[in-house]
Amino acid sequence: MSKHTLSVLVENKPGVLARVSGLFSRRGFNIDSLAVGETEHAEISRITIVVNADESPLEQVTKQLNKLVNVLKIVELDPVQSVQRELVLVKVRADRAIRSQVLETVNLFRARVIDVAPDTLTIEATGTADKLDALLRDLEPYGIKEMVQSGMVAIGRGSRSITTGPALRAA
Amino acid sequence: MTRPTPETIAHRIHATPATVAAQAGHHQPERAAERHPVPTPPGPAKVTGAQSLVKALESLGVEVAFGIPGGAILPAYDPIYDSSVRHILVRHEQGAGHAATGYAQATGKVGVCIATSGPGATNLVTPIADAYMDSVAVVAITGQVARPAIGTDAFQEADIQGITLPITKHNFLVQNAEEIPRVLAEAFHLASTGRPGPVLVDVPKDVLQAQTTFSWPPTLDLPGYRPTLHPHGKQIREAARLMTGAKRPVLYVGGGVLKAGATEALRKLAELTGIPVVTTLMARGAFPDSHQQHLGMPGMHGSVAAVYALQKADLLVALGARFDDRVTGKLDSFAPDAAIVHADIDPAEIGKNRAADVPIVGDAKYVIEELLGAIAAEQAAGRAGDRTAWWAQLDDLRQRYPLGYDEPSDGTLAPQYVIERIGKLAGPDAIYCAGVGQHQMWASQFISYEKPHTWLNSGGAGTMGYAVPAAMGAKVGQPDTTVWAIDGDGCFQMTNQELATCALERIPIKVAVINNGNLGMVRQWQTLFYGERYSNTDLGTHKHRIPDFVKLAEALGCVGLRCETKEDVDKTIEAAMAINDAPVVIDFVVGKDAMVWPMVAAGTSNDEIMFARGVRPAFDEDEL
Repeated sequence: MSKHTLSVLVENKPGVLARVSGLFSRRGFNIDSLAVGETEHAEISRITIVVNADESPLEQVTKQLNKLVNVLKIVELDPVQSVQRELVLVKVRADRAIRSQVLETVNLFRARVIDVAPDTLTIEATGTADKLDALLRDLEPYGIKEMVQSGMVAIGRGSRSITTGPALRAA
Repeated sequence: MTRPTPETIAHRIHATPATVAAQAGHHQPERAAERHPVPTPPGPAKVTGAQSLVKALESLGVEVAFGIPGGAILPAYDPIYDSSVRHILVRHEQGAGHAATGYAQATGKVGVCIATSGPGATNLVTPIADAYMDSVAVVAITGQVARPAIGTDAFQEADIQGITLPITKHNFLVQNAEEIPRVLAEAFHLASTGRPGPVLVDVPKDVLQAQTTFSWPPTLDLPGYRPTLHPHGKQIREAARLMTGAKRPVLYVGGGVLKAGATEALRKLAELTGIPVVTTLMARGAFPDSHQQHLGMPGMHGSVAAVYALQKADLLVALGARFDDRVTGKLDSFAPDAAIVHADIDPAEIGKNRAADVPIVGDAKYVIEELLGAIAAEQAAGRAGDRTAWWAQLDDLRQRYPLGYDEPSDGTLAPQYVIERIGKLAGPDAIYCAGVGQHQMWASQFISYEKPHTWLNSGGAGTMGYAVPAAMGAKVGQPDTTVWAIDGDGCFQMTNQELATCALERIPIKVAVINNGNLGMVRQWQTLFYGERYSNTDLGTHKHRIPDFVKLAEALGCVGLRCETKEDVDKTIEAAMAINDAPVVIDFVVGKDAMVWPMVAAGTSNDEIMFARGVRPAFDEDEL
């Protein structure tokens, strides 16, 4: 099994996410990560799904997704030919004694402090899953009080766009 | 009928840019004569949402809808009261759903059922799932609680859109009254084009009550729906090359051929190539049973010749079939030496269960028509396979292992004989509609189907209780055709209340209850696989005669007949055939020990097919 990133362009209508996520669970797939948001077209949303699957079942689930009436287009993004990012917000124990060490880690990862309390720092970081894993590993010893992570979003490299083309003209 | 049919509407709407790819070529051209010109559309008229709904149904050419009113759908029933749409008041919503399915399968039109919110809607779940599995064009319209009450656990509230998400081709929750005509037109278009399937439209009560305007036709807005109808030329040429070159090819024909109206084209293809044909349970009638090239039905209860042909083939040409487990048996030993040409309108079916060497996405009619041209070209170039040896093997098997049955040793009536006689006496013009179980398999085996749309059954879902309401729907759609429901005593007790509907609405179907007093197919498995421990399969319809089906039939306003001996079978069938002003129920009291043969036990290889209990066919392996 290997990880695949699917960009699914859908009509921005109520219930579409339930149709898409329901299809994955119904056909026996676990979604590793999921992110939904608007695109440059107000009537089109983009769902980025990371799924762990073999090639042949993945093809089947992609075909089933294509059958959903509200799904406009599905593109599998190659990890090399695309840029992937996740966002993490993490609240770390950082009292006076260790605060400077925590800040040094933040700087090393080009993360940002977005909230300060007497005994904690809240840090925002974006990057690939690997980078965020490394950051969290380095912050772990200080004591992570709370953490929230977004699903992955991804976009292809180069000038080509997946949100143009005949499939989407009518939407 | 002067109103447009759904087909004509779909045709016209297809011309809009949004759906230009989805041409209406899929509809059954054999029924083209039923299409009528579209009258001048009326201008926008001030109406309620409910009136808009009913006007949309009228504009879509709906002749009949099956349903039951209730609180949330009540506003719609007021305009239905004086609509040209005939509403048939059923006794249970499940009956409405199966009736819509039977109507659709018998006519090729879209079947319509209507229910109220909550339990009314959830009672439609089984027939919707059934129509989904068998790809039947059904539109279900349900009432919903008023918008402000949605999500509050209001009286008779159920999230029917959520509930039917996995069992519909698509579903809608109408958000405002202006959407009604467009949503209805989209629902009919989705249900009837591409791979057909059920579509549910849920309409909140306050949307039905709201003031709106009605104008027709609406513009469809389905940018994500573009079924591929025309196959790729390269794939067709490759398929034609394989078909002319193969030594042991088989045409594996599924229900898609019937849905595409491709039966005449199929016959040409079979005759042009000389390739043997098998028709699945969903495709019975797609190719005449009397045709010399027809080997019968493949699968768990298929004929020895059909099962063997698939197993030993070097090429399978699957047309509108989906390699269902009941056909393939143990998948990894299915047709081990065959290359696969798989043509289906649903790309997701191709490669789902068995990898295809030549995948073809397209409507079966176009696929077959284009294959005809490509094969003619191959033949003109002097390439044509020699199937003499293949046919010799198959003919030998047909002769040695014909479909048949033994007379019960206990002197009881053979159920197969009853079904065979119904088929003979009612003939190939009648429509036969089965429930699920032994009687279904025997009805598929022992009735000769010569014409498309004369065999209706619940294939994929295996829904007991399908036969009576589906026969009712079929009879409404084809009033001049004799419609027989061939049912079991178990199935019959699930939905026979619709006989009251048939009696009151003058829908004179004929029901043959093949009454063996048991849940026969389950009992057969208990006999074969559970050491004859008959746990909970005796229904008491023999031992206690509860219910007495003759009295039950009479109580429901039907004529009730009973037949218990072989000598009376023809007489009783003829008596039923003579009654055309009321539904007739015949209680055929048959033996309980008859079994369906041949049989491939679940989960085993098709190579393990048993011709009868303890009898395996002798395949001469050396010949191959």
